[in-house]
Amino acid sequence: MSFLVATIVLPLLGVLALAFAPRDNTRLIKLIALGTSVLTLIASLLMLTKYKFGVSGLQLVSSHSWFKYFNINFAIGIDGLALVLILLTTVLVPIVVVGGWNEAEGGRWSVKTFYMLILVLETFMVGVFAATDVFLFYVIFEAMLVPVYFLIGGYGRGDRAAAALKFLLYSLFGGLLMLAAVIAVFIISARQGVASFDVTALSHVKIGHTAQDWLFLGFFIAFAIKAPLFPFHTWLPSAAKSATPGTSILVLGVLDKVGTYGMIRFCLTLFPEATKTFAPYIIVLSLLSIIYGAFLAIGQKDLNSLIAFTSISHFGFIVLGIFALTSQGITGASLYMVNHGFSTAALFLVGGWMIERRKSTQIEDFGGLQRITPVMAWLFFIAGMSALALPGLSSFVSEFLVLLGTFTRYPAAAVIGTLGIILAALYVLLLVQRSLHGPLKEGNEGTHDLVLREKIAIAPVILALVLLGFYPKPAIHTINPMTSQVLSQVQVSDPSPLAGK
Amino acid sequence: MFTTPVLDYNLLAPILIVLGGALLGVLVEGFVARVYRARIQIIIALLTVAVALGWVIKIRALTSQAAAIDSVSTDGFGLFTQGSILALSFVALLFFTQNDHFAPQASALPGSIEESEAAESGVQMTEIYPLVLFAISGMLLFPVAHDLVTLFVALEVLSIPLYIITGLARRRRLLSQEAALKYFLLGAYSSAFFLFGGAFLYGFSGSLSLGVIRTAASNPASNHIFLLLGVLLVSVGLLFKVGAVPFHSWTPDVYQGAPTPVTGFMAACTKVAAFGAMFRIFIVGFGAVQNDWRPVFVAIAIVTMVGGAVAAISQRDVKRTLAYSSITHAGFLLAGVISLSKIGLTAMMFYLVAYGFATIGAFGIVTLVRDSTGEVNDLNRWAGLAKKSPGVATAFSLFLLSFGGIPLTAGFIAKFSIFTAAYASGNTSIVVVGVISSAIALFFYLRVVLIMFFKEPTDETVTVAVPSFLVGTGITICFVITLVLGVYPNLLFNLANTMTTLQP
Repeated sequence: MSFLVATIVLPLLGVLALAFAPRDNTRLIKLIALGTSVLTLIASLLMLTKYKFGVSGLQLVSSHSWFKYFNINFAIGIDGLALVLILLTTVLVPIVVVGGWNEAEGGRWSVKTFYMLILVLETFMVGVFAATDVFLFYVIFEAMLVPVYFLIGGYGRGDRAAAALKFLLYSLFGGLLMLAAVIAVFIISARQGVASFDVTALSHVKIGHTAQDWLFLGFFIAFAIKAPLFPFHTWLPSAAKSATPGTSILVLGVLDKVGTYGMIRFCLTLFPEATKTFAPYIIVLSLLSIIYGAFLAIGQKDLNSLIAFTSISHFGFIVLGIFALTSQGITGASLYMVNHGFSTAALFLVGGWMIERRKSTQIEDFGGLQRITPVMAWLFFIAGMSALALPGLSSFVSEFLVLLGTFTRYPAAAVIGTLGIILAALYVLLLVQRSLHGPLKEGNEGTHDLVLREKIAIAPVILALVLLGFYPKPAIHTINPMTSQVLSQVQVSDPSPLAGK
Repeated sequence: MFTTPVLDYNLLAPILIVLGGALLGVLVEGFVARVYRARIQIIIALLTVAVALGWVIKIRALTSQAAAIDSVSTDGFGLFTQGSILALSFVALLFFTQNDHFAPQASALPGSIEESEAAESGVQMTEIYPLVLFAISGMLLFPVAHDLVTLFVALEVLSIPLYIITGLARRRRLLSQEAALKYFLLGAYSSAFFLFGGAFLYGFSGSLSLGVIRTAASNPASNHIFLLLGVLLVSVGLLFKVGAVPFHSWTPDVYQGAPTPVTGFMAACTKVAAFGAMFRIFIVGFGAVQNDWRPVFVAIAIVTMVGGAVAAISQRDVKRTLAYSSITHAGFLLAGVISLSKIGLTAMMFYLVAYGFATIGAFGIVTLVRDSTGEVNDLNRWAGLAKKSPGVATAFSLFLLSFGGIPLTAGFIAKFSIFTAAYASGNTSIVVVGVISSAIALFFYLRVVLIMFFKEPTDETVTVAVPSFLVGTGITICFVITLVLGVYPNLLFNLANTMTTLQP
């Protein structure tokens, strides 16, 4: 059994173990969940020993027949992009477990159910990035919504049931559009004698021009809802407002990356012609996302919604990078997915602890935290700095690459995108000023600083932000072969550098 | 000259066994003391269906035209349909063992002294078992019938007992009797349409046999007016039975009024039988003029899918919601008929089984949610059901997710394959509308999940009854099948695929 398979299966074994654990022993349950997620992390790291870096194409592939009649297989394999996203997942899950040690208590159901849902979700998240069969991808893409639905609706705050339903309906609607497109791709491939759901085989199928356009849209809208891209983003703020910090980290940090991952993996490689047709329009949408998300973030009074809207802005950057169709753009966007995962995780973790202590999500209720809880305040500051892409932190590298890659093809778009950075500075600094600085607001006196458990949870995230900020080369080196392969499939090459005039 | 008819009892055995069981049940009613009847009737019914199912499995590989002088064709498709009906009936019958769903004495007027006397003396309604067996025998004959008269006889044999048992609900008897009358009147009309269509077809071809009608229809010189009139009228009869828009208006009332075990049985098994017959008639009989009827069917499939889904949104009653959902599913199934291909047929057969078990399971769970006066069908009172009984709420959610076509349930594989068949046959519009109406339908399936899981219990009088052993078994079977077909569809799908042979 390869380490990839182990990474997918291990969380399920944890679910099984949890099922037999006594319901009342919450400590044991949390330890099982933590142990499982750490083992999964180890398995995913061991994967690196077998992975050949700098080589394009899928590796660690394995395939088992699943539904023979339609030639559907349990086919998995990874390339650079899938690898870094799987690592992001396996790193974040233990952090979520440790960081949100007490967040399952007070939910509608037991702590046990919470961790079973988290581990099921981990299997799905790893599986969705590893799937190389379009049908399998689709199945996981849809099935993974169900645990999230229960995580938000069962353990969230406020109007959680409505938020959960909204999230699910949006995603399922996108999924159904994609299903129609998946079926069409399969039938087209069958008419050409291929009859396969294998993503590599499908990328060689010739699809007519009009068909490509429609099918591209089927996939793209599903991914744009997931990502979320303006104007398909409206489910996100309510979900982020209601979900627990841990769920938010997994939804925004990992789950939503399936959208942008899918754009590269399916939209670009399966429908190269349509990609080129729609790229300019999508660039416009992504710019709207960047600016719109940033403006709304500035105006938010609720901490969780603010983080959600910053994410809409950041996803705008990722999509911008992808559809600039340049090597820097796609590599930058891929790297951005990882960095955004860590930076959102940092924001939601520290933000979640602040909310837990203050029992309020309103930004105006905080203030002056820097004086009494310096560690928490500094960490929140660093997380904020990573959100505004401060040089030296990882987001800077990816944002710069995206803008650079965009500039070579669409200079105007890059200029507008840069506006997003300025707006980011505004919303982050305002947030920092209101919540951390100034006189100590009433109600914050008793707030205590981070405990050891919380420091342990946040440490790897900060480490990743700094490390990838100063030395992004290993990650870029891992992603690059995928980028060049995708670009050759889309049949575009980088524009020649603009000569100085 | 009169030739002795050739009857192949081996091939007719499943139908004859069920008929025999029904007659035995009638004798039991007459000769066995009242206290033993219920138990004996249950055993007879379950055994009969099991033996018939065993027989179908035994003769699964046989094909013949001559089972009953060209009136019954035995082929893979027919046997698969019969097998599905029997398997579904077996599980549905497990829910009939909760005797408190049926009126103690159907002949007593609602609210009369006789009624309360019957209820007090503990009289149980046991005639229902033979009636169900009669209905099953009609259902078995319907999809294998090869001429119009046999078809009509089968249609009536399956319908009339259903009309009766619809009116047998123990509680809300007026609603139940109203439903029965409505079902009977509309059913009689639709049968009349069917018969009238049969007359036109006879006039057109000079024969009642589907084979002869096909031959005549493929002759372009013949007068197609009568043929098309016949096709149209026969379609009305069949579309009524499957509950397609615009012939669906009986469905919500009847599903709501009938005793819930009956609703489950009717929703699952009638649909299998009617779609089986419809496929055979339209492919074997009217295949030559498919260009004439196909556009009409495409339109009907589209309005059925959308109509059922839209109407379901505003429903507050769980049985009515499931009724509208069944209308939507009829639309999806029509997509299989329209694709007119082997894969369409396979997909339709798979869909019927997947849908059937989920439906029986769902209605089975409806029987368990009660207050002191009986079943609680008002969805708002289902709030917080997951707190009262997590197992039941989980099972019901699984069935709903299967109806909604969420991956890893049987419903998803079914929907996927039927859409694939429709797309492969060039009916892109069906796929697009199907996807949209699936999205609409998901809204109300998920709303029920939300009510059960995320709403606080508001009504403490609502409880979940502990299922008896047989009922528990029934729900478990449906649950397991829905899950297994979603995760590992190969076995059934391949079986369906090898059983797609149709006698011309």
